[in-house]
Amino acid sequence: MAAADTQITEPEVNQALASEHGLNAEEYQRILDLLGRTPTFTELGIFSAMWNEHCSYKSSKKWLRTLPTTGPQVICGPGENAGVVDIGDGQAIVFKMESHNHPSYIEPYQGAATGVGGILRDVFTMGARPIAAMNALSFGAPDHPKTRHLVRGVVEGIGGYGNAFGVPTVGGEVRFHPAYNGNCLVNAFAAGLADADKIFYSAASGVGRPVVYLGAKTGRDGVGGATMASAEFDETIEEKRPTVQVGDPFTEKRLLEACLELMASGAVVSIQDMGAAGLTCSAVEMGDKGELGVRLDLEAVPCRETHMSAYEMMLSESQERMLMVLRPEKETEARAIFEKWDLDFAIVGETIPEDRFDVRLNGQTKADLPLKALSGTAPEYDRPWEPTPPAAPLGELPPMGSATATLATLIGAPDLCSRAWVWRQYDHMVMADTVQRPGGDAAVVRVHGTEKGLAFTCDVTPRYCKANPVEGGKQAVAEAFRNLCAVGATPLAITDNLNFGNPEKPHIMGQFVGCVQGIGEACAALDFPVVSGNVSLYNETDGQAILPTPTIGGVGLLEQASQSLRIAVAEHQRLILLGQSAGHLGQTIYLREILGREDGDAPSVDLASERKTGEFVREIAANGLIAACHDLSDGGLAVAAAEMALAGGVGVHLDHSPQDMRDEAWFFGEDQGRYLIAVETDAADAVLAAAGDARIIAQMVGSTGGTDVSLGNDAIALGELRTTHEAWFAQWMGDS
Amino acid sequence: MKTSVIVFPGSNCDRDMAVALRNATGHEPTMVWHKDSALPDDLDLVAVPGGFSFGDYLRCGAIAARSPIMRAVVDHARRGGLTLGVCNGWQVLIEAGLLPGALMRNADLKFVCQDVHLRVEEVQNPFSRGYQAGQIIRVPVAHHDGNFYGDEDLLDRLEAENRVAFRYVDANGDATARSNPNGSARNIAGVLSENRRVLGMMPHPERLADSALGGVDGSVLFEALAA
Repeated sequence: MAAADTQITEPEVNQALASEHGLNAEEYQRILDLLGRTPTFTELGIFSAMWNEHCSYKSSKKWLRTLPTTGPQVICGPGENAGVVDIGDGQAIVFKMESHNHPSYIEPYQGAATGVGGILRDVFTMGARPIAAMNALSFGAPDHPKTRHLVRGVVEGIGGYGNAFGVPTVGGEVRFHPAYNGNCLVNAFAAGLADADKIFYSAASGVGRPVVYLGAKTGRDGVGGATMASAEFDETIEEKRPTVQVGDPFTEKRLLEACLELMASGAVVSIQDMGAAGLTCSAVEMGDKGELGVRLDLEAVPCRETHMSAYEMMLSESQERMLMVLRPEKETEARAIFEKWDLDFAIVGETIPEDRFDVRLNGQTKADLPLKALSGTAPEYDRPWEPTPPAAPLGELPPMGSATATLATLIGAPDLCSRAWVWRQYDHMVMADTVQRPGGDAAVVRVHGTEKGLAFTCDVTPRYCKANPVEGGKQAVAEAFRNLCAVGATPLAITDNLNFGNPEKPHIMGQFVGCVQGIGEACAALDFPVVSGNVSLYNETDGQAILPTPTIGGVGLLEQASQSLRIAVAEHQRLILLGQSAGHLGQTIYLREILGREDGDAPSVDLASERKTGEFVREIAANGLIAACHDLSDGGLAVAAAEMALAGGVGVHLDHSPQDMRDEAWFFGEDQGRYLIAVETDAADAVLAAAGDARIIAQMVGSTGGTDVSLGNDAIALGELRTTHEAWFAQWMGDS
Repeated sequence: MKTSVIVFPGSNCDRDMAVALRNATGHEPTMVWHKDSALPDDLDLVAVPGGFSFGDYLRCGAIAARSPIMRAVVDHARRGGLTLGVCNGWQVLIEAGLLPGALMRNADLKFVCQDVHLRVEEVQNPFSRGYQAGQIIRVPVAHHDGNFYGDEDLLDRLEAENRVAFRYVDANGDATARSNPNGSARNIAGVLSENRRVLGMMPHPERLADSALGGVDGSVLFEALAA
């Protein structure tokens, strides 16, 4: 590549060009002040990559600092590629969730696929072998013309990447709401297993050490991707398709194996994956954390295309790449590992003592910046925010018709029907340790070679967050906690993936602030810290914001994976409801699907009771008293009971509502902090007594058996319910 | 019993296969890298595991079948050595010429991961001799290209020679269209070589060979091999 070729197209750098890079006048002035001169084109690109919302968290940082991030189980909290949590016996679980919303809307297959690829890399960069993946997906209304196309592409993309890579995709969420019509959400979670004393971090150390480029070659794909992720959408979105990257799971699989071999060889000083803003972010991150400078010689970067400019190489988001600082004496060994896996291994620079990011191409300086200032002086905003006004009371509701007809409608509705169409396309059993497959409260994956298990769930109820951000934020964390307890796991920690609209609008910023407050309160009360996360703002199209969607990925631990609780009931069991029922109907699925209303307040979350009830469930489960267990969430008691019946292939009966409560409030109310457990008949008294001792509200609400689901005097055949439950998704996708 | 598992760069069921073989035989299988050209001496069984050997961007298994180790695998099979190909492994064995027919994209064009019921059609061979003839077993599938194809002559010949090892059926044992997860001709899920020493199958017996995972029907196959 001739140096001259890269110069001819460089435009003049000025405020107008900075604006195109997403930097406002104030931010551009900050750059001019910092450098005392006009930046070069490459430098402008580097600043835009480092200072965009996606990489700098400039709108959210102030609030993220308030979240609880520590605990005796936490080995590494937020700030690295993923969080690290101790699971005993010298092992750790490494996990994170991250959004890939904008790319998935533009190009659903590749957008979702590379979202999975990115999160897997975040995990194995730290020395962990990925053992589980999940996805939380939010789509527009089912009748919106684009929704089917997005669902098909996103699900195929997730499967296409994860299946080939060889990680089981064990759980997730799929929801539909018109607020996502122009802006779907794809939140990808991955967790990996590592030895607790062999975690790899990104901070470089030692001067004069080689900076090594690993993995796939660099192309022009994804240039400007992180900047795209930091702007609202409008009708010109289709023009942004070239900023979406293309995933190659086969290369990622080889990169995983090669990196793990490399780490075992002792060659790695520090390592960082090239994600958003690729080479720029990874190099700056390693230098910044290690208090070192970095020199890059770009002519050594393996390129897929000819005549790539410094600007393009620094901003490319080509996938399946890593940057590493190498122990020089191990070079031959390290190179041999990458040759074995047919991957590129190129020394592209070195660590330098001064605070400098020195980027050259063919000996010519393309960028010469103070390195620490790139992240250290990134703008940080205290954006104005308005609290969400309290919701008006629901008022008088019309009486409910048949309870079982209502149940059938709910359980066949887009948000509650079977997701088998989705997870059948994900390999959820590869690695042969999946103890609980998708469809229960949480997936359970055995810790390979041991009896222990890890439980995984992801949760959020965006309609609650919109109505009442603080309670909605609490609820998301509480539901993750509850889902883990419901399989008998001890909740360890969470990752949060915070998806919101434009933070420059005070009411949107208010949703963010409220949700973070609620999440923080719940984490503190439940000893359930945040160890990693990601913020995705500007999820708006033509000014229409998504529902506030702070997805919580929760991880829990079981001493005996094979003892995990399941939702399937059997004949002759008693159903006991744990937790307090007040019959809350605001923002429920019942209200939306049956009465066509999306109003009222979100249910409130009593965190002390949530914790106590969760601990009680785990305790009596350990004593072998629980035959089946399900948390109560969307659709309340009747939907939970029906799901338990469907899973077990056995009917259930729920008694009438208590006298002081309307039927719909009893059967379909969404009060929080509740579990429905099935116990053997002869254990029922012991469970109720234990609950009394622990001051847990517990009541016998029904029994199992037969082939019907009955609510009071009203019965429906389980078979009919199953047909309704299983029909919608495939029919809607045109597959049956 | 001495066993080996072939490892291609995109294999991802190699560990699962090794665990199942170790549990059945009591010995650790040798993991053989695809760039090697020789198998261990005195080998009894070669297993070609599932996965995406070379990404499967082209015809599944086509590139893997040309890896250096595959000459040794073909020699081993031709000498009458036991050879098992599961999922991608079956695709590789077909591409290597050890088994007949073809595996096309699933009829509904989607990846499918779920438990299926299989009817054990044939027990006069080293792989399925632990089952009863006609027994219904439950084993998972997980593939995008498992739609077995052969022309009518081939299918008739496989049936006549009792080389259809397993068929997709429903829980009652009926080979229906609904019980066929991928559109395979005559619901065929696994095929034996002429000498009955090579088996290719789409379902993963190694994934339900452990009660903690919800089933042990797959372990019968490995135990029969080891016995």
